[in-house]
Amino acid sequence: MAKKERTMDERTIDPASKEMLIRADELGLGTAFHRAEAMPPCNIGAAGMCCKFCGMGPCRLTKDGSTGVCGATIDTIQARNLVRAIAAGSAAHSDHGRDMAFTLKAVANGETEGYVLRDIAKLRTVAAFYDIPIEGRSPEEIANDLADLYIAQFGQQKGELAPIRRATEKRQKLWRELGVVPRGIDREVVESLHRTHMGDDQHVPHLLEQAVRTSMTDGWGGSIIATDIADILFGTPAPVVGQANLGVLKDDMVNVVVHGHEPLLSQMMVVASQDPEIIEYAEAAGAKGVNMSGICCTANEILVRQGVPAAGNFLQQELAILTGAVEAMVVDVQCIMQALVSLSENFHTKVITTSPKVRITNATHIEFNEHKALTIAKDILKVAIDNYKNRGETQIPDVRSDLVPGFSHEYINYMLGGTYRSSFRPLNDAIMSGRIRGVAAIVGCNNPRSTQDHFHTYVTKELLKQDVLVVETGCGAIAAAKLGLLLGEAGLDKVGPGLREICETIGIPPVLHMGSCVDNSRILTVLTQMAEEGGLGDDIDQIPAVGLAPEWMSEKALAIATYCVASGAYVIFGGSSPLSGMPDRVSDSDLVLNYLSVEWENLYGGKLEFINEADEMVQKTLEHIDKKRAALKLPEYDASKFGKSGDARMGELESLSFEEQQKALYGVPA
Amino acid sequence: MSKYIATRAIRGANALVTEAEVMLQRAMAEKGPDTTVAFPNTAYYLPMILGMTGIEVDKLGQLPEILQHARSLLHPMPSERKWTPYLGETLDGGMATLLAAEIIEAIRFLYGTEPEQMPGFDLSGGTIYGNGNGAAGHLNGPIDDIQLRSWGIQLVDGRMPGFAAIVGAAKSNEVAVKIIRELQRRNILTFLSGNVNGRSIIHQLAEEGVELGYNTFTVPFGTDTISAIYALGFAARSALTFGGMKGGQARDILMYNKDRVFAFVLALGEVDDLKYAAAAGAINFGFPVIADTLIPQILPTGITSYEHVLSMPWNEISGADDMEKAERLVQKCIEVRGVKIQIADVPVPVPYGAAFEGEVVRKADMRIEFGGKKSRAFEYLRMVDMDEVEDGKIEVIGPDIDEVEVGGAIDLGILIKVAGRKMQSDFEPVLERQVHYFINGGSGIQHIGQRDIAWIRISKGAADKGFTLKHFGDILYARFHSDFGSIVDKVQIEIFTDPDQNAEWLEKARAAYDFRNQRLADLTDERVDLFYSCTLCQSFAPNHVCVISPQRLGLCGAYNWLDCKASYEINPTGPNQPIPKGREIDASKGYWEGPTEFVQQASHGQVEEVSMYSIMENPMTACGCFECIVMVVPEANGVMVVSREDPSMTPAGMTFSTLAGVAGGGLQSPGVMGVGKYYLTSPKFISTDGGFKRVVWMSTFLKESMAEEFKAVAEREGDPDLINKIADETVCTEVDELLVHLEEVGHPALTMDSMF
Repeated sequence: MAKKERTMDERTIDPASKEMLIRADELGLGTAFHRAEAMPPCNIGAAGMCCKFCGMGPCRLTKDGSTGVCGATIDTIQARNLVRAIAAGSAAHSDHGRDMAFTLKAVANGETEGYVLRDIAKLRTVAAFYDIPIEGRSPEEIANDLADLYIAQFGQQKGELAPIRRATEKRQKLWRELGVVPRGIDREVVESLHRTHMGDDQHVPHLLEQAVRTSMTDGWGGSIIATDIADILFGTPAPVVGQANLGVLKDDMVNVVVHGHEPLLSQMMVVASQDPEIIEYAEAAGAKGVNMSGICCTANEILVRQGVPAAGNFLQQELAILTGAVEAMVVDVQCIMQALVSLSENFHTKVITTSPKVRITNATHIEFNEHKALTIAKDILKVAIDNYKNRGETQIPDVRSDLVPGFSHEYINYMLGGTYRSSFRPLNDAIMSGRIRGVAAIVGCNNPRSTQDHFHTYVTKELLKQDVLVVETGCGAIAAAKLGLLLGEAGLDKVGPGLREICETIGIPPVLHMGSCVDNSRILTVLTQMAEEGGLGDDIDQIPAVGLAPEWMSEKALAIATYCVASGAYVIFGGSSPLSGMPDRVSDSDLVLNYLSVEWENLYGGKLEFINEADEMVQKTLEHIDKKRAALKLPEYDASKFGKSGDARMGELESLSFEEQQKALYGVPA
Repeated sequence: MSKYIATRAIRGANALVTEAEVMLQRAMAEKGPDTTVAFPNTAYYLPMILGMTGIEVDKLGQLPEILQHARSLLHPMPSERKWTPYLGETLDGGMATLLAAEIIEAIRFLYGTEPEQMPGFDLSGGTIYGNGNGAAGHLNGPIDDIQLRSWGIQLVDGRMPGFAAIVGAAKSNEVAVKIIRELQRRNILTFLSGNVNGRSIIHQLAEEGVELGYNTFTVPFGTDTISAIYALGFAARSALTFGGMKGGQARDILMYNKDRVFAFVLALGEVDDLKYAAAAGAINFGFPVIADTLIPQILPTGITSYEHVLSMPWNEISGADDMEKAERLVQKCIEVRGVKIQIADVPVPVPYGAAFEGEVVRKADMRIEFGGKKSRAFEYLRMVDMDEVEDGKIEVIGPDIDEVEVGGAIDLGILIKVAGRKMQSDFEPVLERQVHYFINGGSGIQHIGQRDIAWIRISKGAADKGFTLKHFGDILYARFHSDFGSIVDKVQIEIFTDPDQNAEWLEKARAAYDFRNQRLADLTDERVDLFYSCTLCQSFAPNHVCVISPQRLGLCGAYNWLDCKASYEINPTGPNQPIPKGREIDASKGYWEGPTEFVQQASHGQVEEVSMYSIMENPMTACGCFECIVMVVPEANGVMVVSREDPSMTPAGMTFSTLAGVAGGGLQSPGVMGVGKYYLTSPKFISTDGGFKRVVWMSTFLKESMAEEFKAVAEREGDPDLINKIADETVCTEVDELLVHLEEVGHPALTMDSMF
């Protein structure tokens, strides 16, 4: 495979990223963009045809009929690879949930510093769902019980994961019939590792059943726990105005970028950054204060709650350092490139690791714990402020977009009817009438193997024109934000006529930012509530909806995809499949690939497919939506029927003089 | 919403809440927190506040808390750019507006500025406030509870398909009248409020001499937008009255209205901030808003069942003239709310519809009358063989009205011959009773009574428009076919003013009345195998079921056993289903297997058992349309009977309206029962508990209006003086006084077995 350097337009569509990549070239510094070009993927591994699970291998199965040393067939190897990836992805999200649960427990017992039970209403709602008594009890007592229940989910050995009951009745029944309800979070992850060890589970349907069971510990386990507790501790998101892209970094302030996934530290740093002591400290250092921003899902956590700006998505972590304006990049867990540290050595930026689980060679480590959260947050900020004096030449791209994030399912419920009439009825009605053709959840990472943000935004823009309402989380949401699609204004001129009516009626952007990647649990909740509202079937698999991860790269994405399939969704992944096989050269090397599409659809009503063409993703999405519409006997999508609502004529009227207005009030005679 | 509407509604809501705060502060300072506040004609406190918050406000000092809640529902207006969503926020603003508006009206009542004064105005039926002015000189203010209940059955059975809240002023007086006539023609109850630059549709209609009031289904609330709160208070009360909901079940009350009450708002003329805010309040109830001016449209559905806001700029409505445009506008309103209209096309020269049923023809306006003091009129409907009827033939035998002097009276007989394969002679009285409603529907025609005590007047206005005797036939022919087409195949009408023919047929009619009376007397619960259900009101009171037997008619008084039988023939899958009595469980208490099972299932498990004849043990439930309430007075070992027309206090310490909250909503409450007034005269009236002799107190309205019937009952009970022994509101309204009275007169209840 020839090494080929791509043009800037092939690397990214984001002007801020381009500017920083040019700067990197000028400074002779490499980034993931460059490394991806220099390092073509291993074609055997990429096809899932390599097994390195034991010392007899690694075995490369590239011929018809070939097996590993132990006799494992290609499909077994591919399925085992997938199960391991899902176990790792689920472990990541769920471990995040575990930390949240322990923190909730500590907060309830008054053992932390800086945290409070902020959203008591949500605490009571969640607790009541699990039959935890709430009447006449203090929030701390309720939180204590809820924390115990949630902590128990991890070590539970038998029975069913409690949050499963949040799915539709029909889905729960199906899962029980198929025997895929997880027993406990840790148990399923451990069992997946066991089953994929040399000489264990070697029957593809059986392995893939465990893939589903394990993924559900994420979507219906750890992720739900993480989201619930984050809302309880930091507030359930509601729309706020924020900004995104590297242009949010400030020339005259101490820039602290938080990067990673957990909100526990980042939320506390936001609080600390507004502490008079810290502001004074920053001013003493010659800065106007501390400017917090985020990368990746930690960015999303503080963006959707406080409107703290997002400096960028996954592929911009190195680019932020390249501005030379970042005093500290504070990281916790997941998606943190080791390259940050060596890159930062060219600037004054300090990369500070904080998680007891994550250290990076040569990075500064200041370990975080919830008992002294605020103190540690302040300490970290002081390190950053102290570093301000070392700042050299900077280049901050003057590129930033406004956005309105914060669409928790609770707020969506509210926005569709206010305090007294909140429900999903208007949304279901809009889909049933055809104003909204269907819903697409566009989520997931960036991947330097494709053009940064291109798939995300191309697919998003095309679907909006087809009256598909888009909900997003994670790095995909930041991609759309950077294009201004997360603003109400976009709902007026970047969408089809029916969707415009809905956006204008509610005042929403056509793309709803629902949070970080653990917040995909919110999407499951929304879909479940839509099914329960009525009119769109009685389960998720009947709803005209599709999930897409156009630029996926992490194992977490595979876990998400699988629990979405298990919940009944059609999931499209952009880019290459980790188990594509080489069907043109090796027969039956795509058995597993087909299983995920055909068999999973038979079993769960959802399926996972990998598509490497943006237009094809759009086309498949629309086909699926129309197929589901037809199955529900909904009217065929017809954009020409809609678009007659709105304020357009009022502008004309208001531009008239008072006398003219009085006349025009009764309209123009035909 | 739209951003434009959101901006204006939120601004309007903020302004009104602020206005209410200022007024309340002043009232608190001037009158003090312990001052009583109330709408004088409802027992539902301040109904919107009761419904939404569950708080029973009767003191001024309770209002600041409500207003604080209203303020907490206010949000900033959406920004020009980078706006955050505004739909939920606007709906909240709408709710804040309603709460504030109700507070303002309550304070106005306190200061005596409500009901709104309008010198020279005369209500045609409405609330009489205790200021000695009767129905003159003021607008109506809120609808009273009695009227709400008496409209209840019409709202549920479709005779009254919904209500319209009109706010503002029409383009011209002519258009205002046309819009009202179009709504009346469809029997839509219409509430009037608001103004445009000081001019209200109420002024327009009053100037044109349109009668406004309960009688004509058009109730003028007030000439400002704030008074439109009464329309929504009416909506909230209908959920409390008929839906079995309690105050504070806000969401249920709103959903009830969305799903069951077919109402809409018609905004005439320029829409200002406050109207937008009030409209947002109405949308919370699922009521759409239609404007005759250019405003933003909100067509997606969800909070309302169909479009939320429709703009029909007057000049853009197609139509040859303003009259046609008005017709289209009303037509659209009905379409948007999904109001179901049944309308018979009745070919008479005067406007026709149930909204004209209550019209009174005064002597001065009268062209001619039949019956009453100076002449006799009778109606007789008889079933004949198919070949004896010439369908559509209408004959007037004798002089027509033009041969009688103005203001004169002559004898009249109306003979209706019907034939039909499914017709039964038992249905004769059922159909005959409809004559009253059918003839009354003509504008300018008044019909009172039935059989040979009918009394009909034709107004000069109707006669001028060309109304003659033949038109009675046209009305009856059209209505019998449209309303009873499934049992009546052929209808022929003969109208006699000729004295000989008249006398001959009167004699035949009287023989038939006697025969029917005997048949009714013979028709006892023991002699039939079938009872009938009535679940008509389930559209309003989802868990209530009436079991109707020959000796126990429906609690609304509108459906007896024969009516149900006919209704079942007309619509075999309708609300009146035959219930085989089945195995007898305890006939003396009125328990049979059939009704028990039916009620279990039809009440959706709410009611497990029902006794037909007891108030103490599993009494029958009620929707809310009952004519009177029977309630045990334990101290007196008897029961009291309160009529819905009686506003006075009762020995139970509650007025009818308050009692109704306990009796209605499809809930079984031993000791309390809503019943039809003719059930009081039945030998099966609480026969398990001792029967009519248990009645120790009864509203004078009943005593007087049913004097003859009660006399017969007293004789049947073997105590001819019984009625005089029964106390009423003129004797006492306290239990202690009641006991003294009962002792004095030696009421039998005191010596009967204990009721418990």
